[in-house]
Parts: sequence; structure tokens; C-alpha cells
Amino acid sequence: MEQAQIPTGMLLQKTVKVRTDILEMVAEAKSGHPGGSLSAVEVLVSLFFYKMRHDPKRPGWPDRDRFVLSKGHAAPVLFATLAESGYFPVSELKTLRKLNSRLQGHPDLRVPGVEFPGGSLGIGLSAAIGMALAGKLDRKGYRVYALLGDGEMDEGETWEAAMAASKFKLDNLTAIVDRNGIQQDGLTEQIMPIEPLGYKWKAFNWHVLEVDGFDLRQVIEALEKAESMRNRPTVIIAHTVKGKGVSFMEWDPAYHGKAPDKDTVRKLVEHMRQE
Amino acid sequence: MIGHGTRPRTSRMVERLMLLQMSSMRDAYADALLELGSKDTRVVVLGADTSVSIKTSLFADRYPERFFNVGIAEANMIGIAAGLALSGKIPFVSTYSAFVPGKCLDQIRNAVAYPNLDVKIVSSHGGLTVGPDGASHQTVEDVAAIRAIPHMRVIVPADASATRALVTESWRTPGPFYIRLSRATVPETYSSPAHLEIGRAEVLREGSDVAIIACGVMVNEAVEAAESLSKERISAEVIDSHTLKPLDSDAILKAAKKTGGIVTAEEQSVIGGLGSAVAETVSESYPVPVSRVGLRDTFGESGEHNELMMKYGLTPQEIMKASRKLVASR
Repeated sequence: MEQAQIPTGMLLQKTVKVRTDILEMVAEAKSGHPGGSLSAVEVLVSLFFYKMRHDPKRPGWPDRDRFVLSKGHAAPVLFATLAESGYFPVSELKTLRKLNSRLQGHPDLRVPGVEFPGGSLGIGLSAAIGMALAGKLDRKGYRVYALLGDGEMDEGETWEAAMAASKFKLDNLTAIVDRNGIQQDGLTEQIMPIEPLGYKWKAFNWHVLEVDGFDLRQVIEALEKAESMRNRPTVIIAHTVKGKGVSFMEWDPAYHGKAPDKDTVRKLVEHMRQE
Repeated sequence: MIGHGTRPRTSRMVERLMLLQMSSMRDAYADALLELGSKDTRVVVLGADTSVSIKTSLFADRYPERFFNVGIAEANMIGIAAGLALSGKIPFVSTYSAFVPGKCLDQIRNAVAYPNLDVKIVSSHGGLTVGPDGASHQTVEDVAAIRAIPHMRVIVPADASATRALVTESWRTPGPFYIRLSRATVPETYSSPAHLEIGRAEVLREGSDVAIIACGVMVNEAVEAAESLSKERISAEVIDSHTLKPLDSDAILKAAKKTGGIVTAEEQSVIGGLGSAVAETVSESYPVPVSRVGLRDTFGESGEHNELMMKYGLTPQEIMKASRKLVASR
């Protein structure tokens, strides 16, 4: 695989933008899921600003790479990333979760760039398989990415899909697990232990990679390795921290689905921009 | 329970067997898929380890690259179908109606109906038709469950010709469908090819005293009931309401105005199915008495299909009884 220069400086700036967008939009909405959005920022920035072939001016371009947000409650990180990519104005982000906005609480196909209405957990990987199968049928070179929450590992459908993707030899499919360790009720290992997670995916005949989900270089290298794998789907287990970037949110299950107030967010955003 | 009462019905069945052309909805569905598959390369078929039984395996033999057997994983099957539809394919998803929608209502709701995708769910073995397999494999609630989901269209064809016509119409009509087939071999109500439209009920017999509105295998029973009622000087109209959603409310209101009383007949629970849909329509616009023939909030059990139809009151006799009562009450 040719190693192009990874523009880490630019990508880092994007992560700051996306992170501050997330905080501002959930504060404005007074609800939403900041924790699991903040943990996935580096993954989405790596995909949308580096790895994926896509064109915000042509969201329906048939050859585009697809991104499925299976953990639909992380809609803020998806909307912020799409807006920063140019799919729609960044100013629209403040309409999140408000009446008559297309920025619904969970992703909706009305939003340009949204490929799948995730929200009910466990379905996204199946849908991504459908897209990958269609790509193979049509002899198209596009790739399909699906971001799954670690809480979604509890869902039986995730493993139905895991079996099917290896049966169909979907090397054009990459799943990424946002392994932030927390689900709504508490720590994943207390609510429903999912370890050893890598072994589980290996046992389902997937190519398994584990990375620090905040290290842009590691994430991108894993995405490149996934692309060069033949006849097998790849899962990247991205080790992350829920609420990443906001000290009082990190590792606090309460911030799975709670918005910080506007004053706090204003201070946080100033601080992040200065760093 | 069934011993004495069965005999006249069985002999009549034998009689009708000799008179009428019997046909299989599964065969018709398989034929329709083969034809659509040759016309349109966007057509793909998904199965969940029941494809030999419901004959979608014929499509798999002809177009192996466009058939996906996902094993016994219905939820995954619906999710994959959604992804295929989002990529420009027209997936036909088929297994037993006990499992789709039964095991994947959430996936149908969130991944197919909410985004209004072009996924055609064609489930076989609806109602009591799996007979001896018993209640776990019979469906009384599938139609009601799907009917309540926005964007979903619901079709219950009466026979093989209707199946072929309506499956083809669903292919022509963008958006999600639930088409419920019977495992039973049924007499042909329609000549082939049938010309049916989604959302347009078929008046099979004109009448003025009572309107019998039926769907699925009960359409033939309704025709039989109307024939017998005519000997009692009760003029019964028979309407095949193959599309339960969108319901042909014009046809139903017309029949209500013409006859002043409606009997509905369906091989499923009377809660939430055709009877409910008809009652909802007339009570809002032109209230007339509606009497519902169907399962009375109960599961089925093991037994031959005919025996079950007798035991649970899904017969021409029950339709006749309800019709007489309606006519007498006026």
C-alpha cells in the first residue's frame, strides 16, 4: 500500500472543530448523546477528511464510499462531520432535535450524507452488508464503513451480521467498534461483558485490528490495512474514552445521554480552541 | 369437535376440487420472481433457510449471484435488504410469516418502513395454513402488526393468479410492502392472468342485501357463502380486498351504502386486520353494522388446515351465519 503523507495537522484541526460543534449543538438542543459522539470524533474525521472517497456536492454519487452510523445516538458527531465536510451549512447544526429540523435526534435519510437511519441498535452492520453486497454485484469499487457502539455487541443481530459478512467474503466492508467501555446503564463489562472482543470477531472469521481510537495515524493505518485485505471483512476495535476531551464527562456513564449547559460549553469550547 | 361437522364440508371440498382449478401461491410467487428477475437485474431475493420450502430456491438456481441465503437470521435479513435497497436494488425478502415479521418487526419498522425503502417482504405460510406444525408456526397477528407501521402497504392475495399479479404490481410500485401468502393449495378465484391493482378492491359478485369483504384464502369461502346465500334469497356482494393498506375505502363505502351491512372474512385475528380496517373506514364515514369472521383473539393449534378452519370458524357457514344475522336485524 502506498503510504501517502497523512495530513495530521489538518485532521487535528478538524477534530477540534467537530468536537466543539458537538458540544455546542447538544447544549443548544439541551439533550442528545455527547459521550458516545466525542469518543468517535477521530474515527469520523479520519474517514470523512482522509480515507473515504465522497463528494459533499453529490451525496448520491453511485461510486462513493458509504458510512453507516449504526450507533445512531452518536448523531451529533455524524452531523457535525457532515456539516464540516460541506454537506450542509454548519449553522444548521443548532437546529438539532428541534421541531421541523431535518437534524433529527437520530440520523435520518433527509440529511444529505446520511446513508442509514441508525438508532435502534444492532441493525447498521446488516445494512452495511447489503450495501457491500450491492457493490460486489454491480462490480463497483466503493467501500462500506460501519461504526458500531460497544453496547451494540449485546445485540444478537450484530453476530448474525458478523457471520453473514464473512460468509459473503465482504472485503469491501470495514466495521469499526467504538470501544469506549460504557453503555447506558454503566460499564459494558458490568452490564454485559463482551470481552474477549477481538477473539469473538476472529472466531467469526473477520480480520481483526485493534487501535488507539484517538491516534489518527493508527486509525488511518488500520483503515488502509483493511482495504488491502482480500476475501475477508475487517473489524477495527477502536479503543476510546466516552466523553473524550471534556474532563468531567470522561468515563462518566451519566454523559451517555445528557447535555452539558451552555455556559459550561462556552468555557469548554474556548479552552479547546486555544489548545 | 370436528367429527360430525366435517363431513359435509369435506365432500364439498372434494366436489370443488373436481370442478375448480387448484393452485399454489408459492409456485405463482416463484414464477413471478423468475419473470421479474429476467426483466430487471435490480431484483434480488433473500432467504432464511426456508427457500426450498417456499420455492424461492428456483430463483436461486436461475440467478445464484442475486440470491442471498442468510441462514436462520431474520433480523439480519431485513437489515441486509435495507442496505441493498439503499444501493438501488429491489430486494424480495421471503420466509415464513411466523418469523417475518414475527422476529424482526423492529428491523422492518426502523430499517425499511421509516426510510420508506423499496423492500418487498413476501411471507408464506400465513394464517393457519401450516396446520400440523401448530401455533408456533401459524400467524394471527402479522397483518395487524405491519398495518400499524407507517409507509407499509399490506397485501393478502386470494389465489395463485392474484399472487402473481400483485407481486408484479409491488415490483412496479416503489416503497415497502408486506405480501402475505398461504401455504394451502386454493381454488382459483381469478382467471389467469389476473388484472389487479394495488389499493383497488375487486367486486367478484354483485349483491344488494349484504357485502362480504374478504382477503386471502377466505375470498373463495366468501364466494361459496354467497352462492349458498342466494339459494336463501339473500343477495350477497363479494369483494376481494386484497390490499388491506391502503384500503380501498371508496369501494368499501360504496358497498356499505348499497347493502347497509358488511361481513368481513380473514384468516387471522379479527383484531387489527381486515375487519378492523373496514370497521374503521365505515364508522368514520358511513356507519353500518360490521360483523367480523376471523380468529377471535386466540392462537391456533395442530391439525389439518381444513380442520382448523372448521374449528376456528373460518368457513362459508360462519360467513353465512353472520350474513343472515345482519340481514335479519334490519
